[in-house]
Formats: sequence, structure tokens, C-alpha cells
Amino acid sequence: MASFVEAYFAPKKEIPRRVYLTASTVIGVPIIVAWSGLTYGGVVRPEFLPAPHAVLVTGAEMLADGSLLKHTWASVSVIFTGFFLASVLAVPLGIFMGSFKIVEAAVEPVVNFIRYLPVSALIPLLILWIGIGFEEKVAVIFIGTFFQQLMLIADVSASVSSDLLDTSYTLGANRRKVVTKVLIPATLPGVTDTLRITMGWAWTYLVVAELVAANNGLGYMILNAMRGLFTDVIFLGILVIGLLGLLTDQLVKALRHMLLPWAGSSNVS
Amino acid sequence: MAKLRIDNVLLRFGPKGDGGVTALEDISLDVEEGELSVIVGPSGCGKTSLLRLVAGLVQPTAGTIRLDGKLVTKPGKDRGMVFQSYTLFPWLTVQANVEFGPRIANMPARERREIARHFIQEVGLAGFERAYPKQLSGGMMQRVALARALANDPEILLMDEPFGALDSQTRSLMQELLLSIWEHSKKTVLFITHDIDEAIFLGDRVYVMTARPGRIKEGFEIGIPRPRSVEVLTSPEFMEMKRRVMRLIHEEAIKALPEGVDTAS
Repeated sequence: MASFVEAYFAPKKEIPRRVYLTASTVIGVPIIVAWSGLTYGGVVRPEFLPAPHAVLVTGAEMLADGSLLKHTWASVSVIFTGFFLASVLAVPLGIFMGSFKIVEAAVEPVVNFIRYLPVSALIPLLILWIGIGFEEKVAVIFIGTFFQQLMLIADVSASVSSDLLDTSYTLGANRRKVVTKVLIPATLPGVTDTLRITMGWAWTYLVVAELVAANNGLGYMILNAMRGLFTDVIFLGILVIGLLGLLTDQLVKALRHMLLPWAGSSNVS
Repeated sequence: MAKLRIDNVLLRFGPKGDGGVTALEDISLDVEEGELSVIVGPSGCGKTSLLRLVAGLVQPTAGTIRLDGKLVTKPGKDRGMVFQSYTLFPWLTVQANVEFGPRIANMPARERREIARHFIQEVGLAGFERAYPKQLSGGMMQRVALARALANDPEILLMDEPFGALDSQTRSLMQELLLSIWEHSKKTVLFITHDIDEAIFLGDRVYVMTARPGRIKEGFEIGIPRPRSVEVLTSPEFMEMKRRVMRLIHEEAIKALPEGVDTAS
């Protein structure tokens, strides 16, 4: 018994990969069991908690009639458009903000203030200005991610060791080369980590945007289902969003590993 | 004419008058062509600042620094530098790191590949051309940094306590490596350190710096003949030099202590 505790409960100790994978999958069992117990056992009414098979059956039905795909595609395109626009602006601006004091001085006060405005509270204004539909949802995603990305990336840029930049000067680089050949590559791991984190936030803003004003998308699907107490559809929507978030997260993680093999392990796990 | 001439340099930070800090004062010294000069001094005495002035990364408040007669106003490849911290570019392999300087200078690929390979071999890292910095130990990284600086063929090599972060065995090996490379490249080197043994072992001339504001307390020739091996470290001449330097440093280290701190002097 003592050696079991030693083997698995010593801080920071490595465990065999097989054991790690088994533990990660096995944890699903008690969750399914609890869920099943609560539903099939009649403890909770189906209006509040759908049975596992109900969610699967509904999922299969909505897949077959194309509605699930339609809503998923609508949400995914909003996320990717909004996130892409935000990133494309935030990355260069953030890098310059972090390394050029004049840019920081001009941009930071405004950004710092806007960053704290609750995006959800801005939605009525956005609906007024842009209407409901694709553009407005993209605007919500953009505002939700852009300002945070900017500050995080500025931080990454500012953290590039000044010795690294000084070294380049002593190797004969001029200012322009120092920025293109040293500063930018040095920020890549941090920028990738930032994009990975903020991608997760983008998904949370999506649901808010769609709950308020949409006629398609997964958030809309959830809201609609709520009206008819179709909790199985609600669960389905939540699960799909969760899966998509996880997928994009792992995708960025894999990209980082592939494109930046030289970078040390990420702080974002 | 001396290769490097530092003339009456003053370095002050902060507001003029009483509020500012004088880092360096009255610094004048010459480094001859092919000479390995070492500046040794207590922590905080301004030796890194002095090196950064020579590198052109900082401008003096007063005084001039001339390399081959030309005034130093900004950094350039004629003054190569090896820093104390690890400054290899992590996204480049060892080979690409060493090629960096020549690449910026638009040297053709074949030529710079050859030069890089030569210096990688000089520092004893043949076979590691394709490795990334994250796969290297501290000592290996500093060797690559040295190769990278040398591959750019600088007029003078500036070294800021480059072996400070290494364990004493590695440091000792690196010192011997530096000497052997220096012996046949005949580069002019300005090296700074707080390690007295290192200073005497490496230097043709040693300059002892005072505590802040940094001044040159004394400069003298190390008469020990070359080539020097580790045997030298325990020879009577070495001990004599060391005694002399230690006395000078100790005086200055005491001055750098805050008021009221007692020492067994």
C-alpha cells in the first residue's frame, strides 16, 4: 500500500503513459454512471436533465436532417471570421506596442479602458448600429478578443530579452533587421500561446452573441430549445460547442509543436 | 596607435546635478592590437557599463571611445560581444546561429557555411551543427555564442563575464578554450570579470576597477609567460599577482558595503 502511495502520490513524479491514459479515460465512467443514475433512476425529471441516450438520439436526428451541421457551420464561420480579424490586427500592433514606447504611449490608455468594458453590455449598441446577423456576431467576437489579445501580445513582445536584441546589434544588424529577424521570431511562441488562450474566450462570446440576436448558430439552437424545454437539444448544443473548442485548442497546440519545434514547452500545457 | 582607446569617459544616469548617479568616472585605458585585456572589479562597479560603452550600446556622458582611430557612436560588427546571459537565437540551429552575422552582411551561402563550420569546430562542437539551443547545455551555448561572435570577424571581441553562469569545471575548460582560440586568431579581446583567478589566468594586462563610481584603480601587466596551462594557477608568480589584485579588490569591496557592516579585516 505504502509503495502505491509513493508511486502515484509523490509530487511531480512521472507515471507510466499507460496509467496516465487509463486514468484519463476511466474518469468518464463515474460521470456517465452518475448521469445515468440520475436520469434513468428517475431522480431528476427529463425536462431538467436529459438521459444520455436521448442526447445521442437527438444528435443523430439533427445530423441526419442537416440542421446540426447548419448551426455548427454558422457558429464556426462567425468564430473564425471574428477571431481571424482580431488576430490579424492584434498581432502586429501588439508586437509594436510592446517594443516601441511611442506606440505604447499612443495606444495603451484607450485599449486599457476598452478592455474592461463588458462585451455583453455592448451588444444592444452593436445591434442598433449593425443589426442582427453575421456582421454583428463577428463584431462581438472581435471586440471580445481583440483588446485582450493586444495586451497579452504586447506583454510577450516586451518580454523579449533586451540582451537578445543587443546581441543582434553587435552582430551588425540594423534596426529594421533586428525587428524582422530577431524580435518577431522571438515572439512567436508567446503569440501562439496567446492565440490559443483567446480562441477559447472567443467561443464563450459566441454563445452570448447568439443568445441575444441570431437566427442560426449553436447558441441560437440552444435558446430555441429552451423555449420548448428540449433539454436534450440544449445538452447537444453545449457538448458540440465544447468539442469544437477542444478541437481548435488541440489544433493550435499541434501547430505550435509542428511549426515551432525549437520552442520550449508551452506555459499553457 | 592603440587599437582601442578609451579617453576620459564619464557615464552618468538620471537628472543632472545631485539627483543623478555616476556609474563611471575618469576612465582612460588603451588596448593594443592582439592584446587580451581584462577588467576586474567588485559587483556593481560599472564594468558591464564600460563594456556596453565600447560596444556602442550606450553613449558616454563625456569623453570618447575610439577603435582604430574611429569614434564609437553606435553598435556594429567591428565590436563583437559575448554576453553573460544566454543569447543564442532559439529558433535557429547552431549552424544558423553562427552564420547570423555573415548572413546579415549578405555573404554568399557557401562561404558563410564554411566559415561557420570552421568556428563551430574551433569551439569543439563539430557534429552539433543541426542542434537547437534548447538541446544544449550552458557551456555549449556559450561556446556557440563565442563561435558566432568570431565568425563575424570583429576588430575587437568584447566579453561580459561570459563564463559566470557556468560551473567551475566548465568555466575552467572554457577559459582554456578561449586562450587556445585567441593564441592563433590573435584577436584583440576586452574581457570583464569579477573572478580574480580568471583575470590573471587569461590576461596580458589586468585593470582593477574601483567600486561605484567606477574608476580604474590600477592597471598592470601579467608577466606570466604563454602558453599558460592550468598548472600556472598554483605557481608562485600567479600567487604573487593574485595577492596584489586581491588586496586592491578587497579595499574596493569594503567600500561598496553599506555603512556599519563589520568584516574581519
